[in-house]
Amino acid sequence: MSLQLRSITKTFGPIVANDSLSLTIESGEIHGLLGENGAGKSTLAKVLSGFVSPDSGTVELDDEQLKLSSPSAAVSSGIGILHQEPLVFLDFSAVDNMLVGSPRDGNHTKDLAEEHLLKICEQFNFSIDPLIPVQKLSVGERQQLEIARLLWLGARVLILDEPTTAISGSQRENLFQTIRSLAEAGMSVIFVSHKLEEIQEICSRVTVLRQGRIMGTKHLPCPTSDLIDLMFDRELEPQGRKSSDSLGSICLELCGQKVTTHFESGKVDMTFRTGEIVGLAGLEGAGQRDLLRSIAGLDDTVTEGVFFRSRDIGDDSYIHRMQYGFHYLPADRGREGLVDGLTITEHVALASPQRSIATDWKLSREESKKIIDKFSIKGTPESVPASLSGGNQQRLLLGLIPDNPTVLLMEHPTRGLDIESAAWVWKYLMSLTEEGTTILFSSSDFDELMTYCDRIFVFFEGAIIQELASVEATTERLGSLLGGVK
Amino acid sequence: MFVRNDLLFLGLGILVPVCASMLVFLFVDAPPLRATELFFEGAFGSSQRMGDTLMIWVPLLLASSALIITFSAGMWNIGIEGQIIAGAVAASFVAREFEASTPVVLTAMIVAGLIGGMIWGGLAGLLRVRGGVNEIFGGLGLNFVATGLVVYLIMGPWSRRGIASTGGTEPFRPQAWFPTLDGLRVSPLSVLLAIGVLILVLWFLSRTSYGLRLRATGKNPLAASRFGIRTDAYLLLSFLLAGGVAGLAGVTQAAAVYHRLVPSISGGYGFLAILIVLLAGFRGQWILPIALFFAAVSMASFQWQLQLGLHSSLGGVIQGILVLSVLLLSGYRAISYMRKPISEEGDA
Ligand SMILES: Nc1ncnc2c1ncn2[C@@H]1O[C@H](COP(=O)(O)OP(=O)(O)OP(=O)(O)O)[C@@H](O)[C@H]1O
Ligand SMILES: [Mg+2]
Repeated sequence: MSLQLRSITKTFGPIVANDSLSLTIESGEIHGLLGENGAGKSTLAKVLSGFVSPDSGTVELDDEQLKLSSPSAAVSSGIGILHQEPLVFLDFSAVDNMLVGSPRDGNHTKDLAEEHLLKICEQFNFSIDPLIPVQKLSVGERQQLEIARLLWLGARVLILDEPTTAISGSQRENLFQTIRSLAEAGMSVIFVSHKLEEIQEICSRVTVLRQGRIMGTKHLPCPTSDLIDLMFDRELEPQGRKSSDSLGSICLELCGQKVTTHFESGKVDMTFRTGEIVGLAGLEGAGQRDLLRSIAGLDDTVTEGVFFRSRDIGDDSYIHRMQYGFHYLPADRGREGLVDGLTITEHVALASPQRSIATDWKLSREESKKIIDKFSIKGTPESVPASLSGGNQQRLLLGLIPDNPTVLLMEHPTRGLDIESAAWVWKYLMSLTEEGTTILFSSSDFDELMTYCDRIFVFFEGAIIQELASVEATTERLGSLLGGVK
Repeated sequence: MFVRNDLLFLGLGILVPVCASMLVFLFVDAPPLRATELFFEGAFGSSQRMGDTLMIWVPLLLASSALIITFSAGMWNIGIEGQIIAGAVAASFVAREFEASTPVVLTAMIVAGLIGGMIWGGLAGLLRVRGGVNEIFGGLGLNFVATGLVVYLIMGPWSRRGIASTGGTEPFRPQAWFPTLDGLRVSPLSVLLAIGVLILVLWFLSRTSYGLRLRATGKNPLAASRFGIRTDAYLLLSFLLAGGVAGLAGVTQAAAVYHRLVPSISGGYGFLAILIVLLAGFRGQWILPIALFFAAVSMASFQWQLQLGLHSSLGGVIQGILVLSVLLLSGYRAISYMRKPISEEGDA
């Protein structure tokens, strides 16, 4: 069995997202799709899974041409896609979620769905109670459920678009294990990512895209520098954090406040200095997010003991704290970060502090052009978030950070960015700290934490179990601390 | 390429409802051609009829302008009817209590109507923002209260001398009438007011920073609050503004159409306007022709009733079919858009 793509082309207005791509993927293969932001990876995944129809080109599975006119047509032809955060009906039980999109016939009854789910659970070591409401499942488990559903509907090709960005390390291991067993059972897997290590770890071959074109296909493992050469024009210059003795005075203090609402034990006293970069490490949901949100003033339950430049700001809301130069960058850019339906120019106007009645649209447009240039966003001032690739949405979010923030609170600031842009973004963020910005950010990327932080807090089950100076941090140390082992 | 697509849909958008309406006429055994003829005659056949069509156009425009504000904030303001009534009641109060020259009385009535509508809209907004009452239920409830209030006033404190009937209050003094031109019932002043308000509302929504924040709140309240927008305040603002604009419709109904307060002062225009705004796809400039068409259908249904013996509710049926077919088309268009190259336009 093999999946054959023949000169697939997809344009969005003037942008050629996929430029006559031809590719063969064998059965039992885990095929990586690598490329910088906006290279066209997601677009190709969407074409294969029936979410967008290509301008031209064909797809064949076992020499049979497929009609991928809709997601359900794609699934019934055997191609299923696993989204980063699978769309599910939260109130429904696991089995009901399997039934929702299935054809209504004798082969797709509730009993059979339950039976199938249990079988898959056993086969791949999942533990999903078929009757549990889906909202009680973690993102990783929702992915497992979605995989079970796609298998049930007869998928023979599975596409994963950046599947690891929203799940924890151990869930990632599970997912990789599952992918491997699926491939062993003869499925073709397409794995989209811009994390080089992940691609090296799991894929047998990788195809690199750049500006909608295929730059080459490589057998893995191969030297990582070869892949980087294919991805970018330029060599990456490694850079790191300057020494931290230039830190300024204390800018932010937390006294005896609870880090999370779930865990009583998590009382903390801490101080942060002007110009400092502090990383928050931990599994998803270990409390990093709660700390960031309570400092931002977004968590109503914590109102005591937050001092900014010796002034008690515990009662101030986020909107109030924004006036002190606080800025919070949420992880969920679609739901919490950007307003879909508004253009980049309108976002810029929203973020700028003008108070006059009539907005100066010309100025906002100029400003948005500058941001597009500075953050090399692939888009125009009139683009809406939905038309930007994932990485470009993140750039826009970063571009909307106001000038001279005092305290920057960020969840996964470079999630979804290719390594070159991530390096660029950090250069920019470090220039902010030189101007006096204090940065706290959560990340699941050890390299990012070790390279850019002055200090790292490690969270485990709602409490900070260790504070590390960046020189003390190693991958092994962080790894075991994340699992709660001191 | 996009333009051709747009034109195609515009063409279909006209053709499909027209054909559907023809089928309705066939279904009720009326000759479709004659009915069409009567439509143009009834709505535009003479200067009087044109004037009367415009007279219906005015409250439709105002109610639609009001709705577009709350829709932009992501709210279903079902309470427009009540807000129209509140504006009419406030204006009637001024007309009954104050004696002055026409410009003064009319200005006072307009201001009163604005405030009356704002209070009613603001109540629905407060219920939603502070009380957590879904704006649809709040609006419906307040509609009932407003209807009750107006009947109470007409039967009770403001009843005509000697008779308490639901026919209406005593007519206002002529100083409290919107001026008209000879032989026409429509007041040019109210037409100007309605068009001016629509332009102002569209300008507010698209060009001002407040309008932008209001739209951001409507599209994604969570993200909007991350931009430092007090989303609750903007929801409330949208209801206040919408209420005020709807209140103006009450003013024109009382001072330019009935010249007194009647129980049916809101005329169902608040509900009709929902259809108009849906049809316009929230794009303001389309409101002008669509509202005119709706007004024309309302006028034509008198003729259909008189000449063809059709029930007057047929107009409503036609309006409903129009909305349904256009919604179907735009749904289809959204799907086909998703699958074809996407233009940069990106509307709601
Ligand atoms: N719906 C759309 N309308 C207009 N342009 C689009 C649309 N979807 C994608 N694009 C454009 O197509 C190009 C490829 O986008 P795509 O999402 O495939 O990138 P990607 O490789 O997945 O990038 P990332 O790593 O940032 O997720 C980008 O320039 C993007 O702006
Ligand atoms: Mg992508």
